[in-house]
Amino acid sequence: MPPSETPSAETPQGGAGQPQIVFDQVVKRFGDLTVLDHLDFSVEPGERVTLIGPSGSGKTTILRLLMTLEKVTEGRIDVAGEPFSHMRRGNHLVPASESYLRRRRRSIGMVFQQFNLFPNMTVRKNVIEAPVHVLGLSKGEANERAEELLDLVGLGDKIDAHPTQLSGGQQQRVAIARALAMRPDILLLDEVTSALDPELVAGVLDVLRQVAETTDITMLCVTHEMAFARDVSHRVLMFDKGQIAEEGPPEQIFEDPREDRTKSFLRSVLDNGF
Amino acid sequence: MIWDFEFTGRILPDLLGGLWVTVQLTVIGYLIALSLGLAVAVVRRVRVVGPIVHGVMEFIRTTPLLVQAVFVFALVPPEISAFTVGVVVLGVHYAAYTAEVYRSGIEGVAKGQWEAARALSLPVSRTWGAIVLPQAIRKVIPALGNYLIAMFKDTPLLFAITVVELLATAQRIGAAEFRYTETITLAGLLFLLVSIPSAILIRRLERRYAAV
Repeated sequence: MPPSETPSAETPQGGAGQPQIVFDQVVKRFGDLTVLDHLDFSVEPGERVTLIGPSGSGKTTILRLLMTLEKVTEGRIDVAGEPFSHMRRGNHLVPASESYLRRRRRSIGMVFQQFNLFPNMTVRKNVIEAPVHVLGLSKGEANERAEELLDLVGLGDKIDAHPTQLSGGQQQRVAIARALAMRPDILLLDEVTSALDPELVAGVLDVLRQVAETTDITMLCVTHEMAFARDVSHRVLMFDKGQIAEEGPPEQIFEDPREDRTKSFLRSVLDNGF
Repeated sequence: MIWDFEFTGRILPDLLGGLWVTVQLTVIGYLIALSLGLAVAVVRRVRVVGPIVHGVMEFIRTTPLLVQAVFVFALVPPEISAFTVGVVVLGVHYAAYTAEVYRSGIEGVAKGQWEAARALSLPVSRTWGAIVLPQAIRKVIPALGNYLIAMFKDTPLLFAITVVELLATAQRIGAAEFRYTETITLAGLLFLLVSIPSAILIRRLERRYAAV
């Protein structure tokens, strides 16, 4: 099961450059629990990869490692051809320091299951906070960017609202705008529709489809929305017990899964009405 | 014993002077408690320094204010006034309480807020200053308000280190004139005059912030 050698045929810019993300024998343990077990895989620039699998199979941990919300136990992660979980010191690699991580993770954005908007700020402040205080944009530039992105997610008229005045779906769309305002190269989507009422899911997914179509952001997406995964992703990785059980283009994974684990997972997901 | 209104009128200015000292002690002490407590609550999360600061504050919290005041007053050089010692001891003592209140507020901020701040690469100062503390403090405003009243009522303890606040003033008048009925009653009423409106104000704050 060599994961990275066979990128999907439709992968943009495939082959030419180096992979954008490389997991090299990554192990993540929480106490006695091994969540990722010597995981190898890579993602090409601009590639959109969906991670599926039973809960506890390590999908979300992969995103959290990339967002530096967790640290690897063993192995290493490279991003954009440079060590990410580690940093160079002389000829050695040492675990990345906090300041190194702060610099490196700027190119990565994340949207969370629970939105995590800042409730003490308006929608506008939520979106401009990081562009102003991290990227050093002027208030004017940041506002312009915020207005543009909120229009994109269909919430231009809510710019001065507070998050608590918005529905879950609207909050999640603001969270997407907030992540995009940093102009990330990589966007991590962690079950972004799982906390939403069913009627609000479509609006959020439409926004993400649009982002997928109009930008070349690399996307890693953990989701149970199989139709969405099929529409937007170049490649699907099926996880089980901290390893990749199967991978391939969405048509193959969803229509012709080869592994029994994939088959039974897909059956259980479809039975539950997803 | 009959209430003497003429005497009451005569001692009122002195008692109001005492009340003014009490109010000053409370307000300045409270400002110390609010700012020092906040600093302690934040520093407590720092490695090594945190546990040390925590230990010191636990010590302060578990020993009586009266003992602290007398102890510090005996130690400091005589140039430092009793009022200064009193206000600092009162502020530091209550900082040990407000620190706990802030801590509960900080711990009440959802983990996702920290993670979102991290995902946006916000610097530590913004994470605390713009996201965590505004949310944490908002939640604990009512609890902090209660300590204002508690402090106000603790000021008479500073009598022990010769701070002449409201109660001490009443005692002095009582002793000099051999009339305690009017003096002590009036002192009690003056305490009520401040604490009841404060309590109402705090109740209002509570309602306002509980709504969110």
